[in-house]
Amino acid sequence: MSASASALFIAVFLACAVEAVEATTIVLAAGTSRGWRSANVGMLSALAVLAVIVAILGPAVSQIPLRGLRVVVGALLLVFGLQWVRKAVLRGSGYKALHDEDKIFREQMEAATGKQARRSFLAPDWYGFTLSFKGVLLEGLEVVFIVLTFGSNAKNIGLAAIGALVAVVVVAAAGFAVKAPLARVPENTMKFIVGIMLTSFGVFWGAEGAGVNWPGSDAALLVIIPAVALLGLGLTAVMKRGRTASEAPIQAPATTTVH
Amino acid sequence: MSKLRAFGAFWYDFVVGDDWLVAVGVVIGLAATYGLSQAGVNAWWLLPLVLVVLLPASLRRAINAPLIPRRTPGQRRPPASPHTPPAN
Repeated sequence: MSASASALFIAVFLACAVEAVEATTIVLAAGTSRGWRSANVGMLSALAVLAVIVAILGPAVSQIPLRGLRVVVGALLLVFGLQWVRKAVLRGSGYKALHDEDKIFREQMEAATGKQARRSFLAPDWYGFTLSFKGVLLEGLEVVFIVLTFGSNAKNIGLAAIGALVAVVVVAAAGFAVKAPLARVPENTMKFIVGIMLTSFGVFWGAEGAGVNWPGSDAALLVIIPAVALLGLGLTAVMKRGRTASEAPIQAPATTTVH
Repeated sequence: MSKLRAFGAFWYDFVVGDDWLVAVGVVIGLAATYGLSQAGVNAWWLLPLVLVVLLPASLRRAINAPLIPRRTPGQRRPPASPHTPPAN
């Protein structure tokens, strides 16, 4: 596998794994609190809707001229990637609470437990069905977007689809094996890495679509990815230090006034 | 009407996200790169430069925004007076 193909696989795998962790948390909460039949029917219905969306969007995306596609996709990846890096830096430096799958699972469970059961044709419990359906559909849409944009830009939709499929199967199997939210997955670290990947591919494809010839062609990615990672890590370190320094004057009087 | 507004809000949130400055900066950066390449300049350096300016600027906005809660608000502050027991 070439360097750019490996980077494509890793980027799609990690991005889709993060989305799969979130979808699995919601389905587990729906299944545990409302019954597995409705949660499973909701999940399968969402997967069917996603399959229809892929069948419609897949051929449509491949008809768009590559240069125009790269500008649009590059812009979207840059915006998404920067938002992910921004959140990861804020969490890493302590300015924002860490993403907590256990807490999300408890909140979903509490919200679901109080609701009255309402039967429908296929699912014994409508609330469990819609909770599971919406969770899988929304996170699945992001997976579809990642596969189509990364795959079509790299002219390798097959490899992108395999990366996504492996990620979803691994995460779903782990989640359903333990029947608990995947709280031990280092989600902030994964989101940081995914943000770096999205931003780097966004810079590369966006600039190429705008008419740039990268020095070293595809090998430029091997410089862009570590450079963006260094920028993110550097900002996290600076902000962490700034936060500690800003709190120091608050702590200082305590040592002098409390006896 | 409210459904239409909710639909628009969903897409705004999906595409633009937490900080509109990032989206605007990216669009301006790409437009400038296109303009320079049309003028015969191979401006591969422009988007990385935009990144170096945009990310710290957006983070600064986030820190200064009053909506972001600190991880442990007040936890590390000293007690109000020497006689007040410290909060746990």
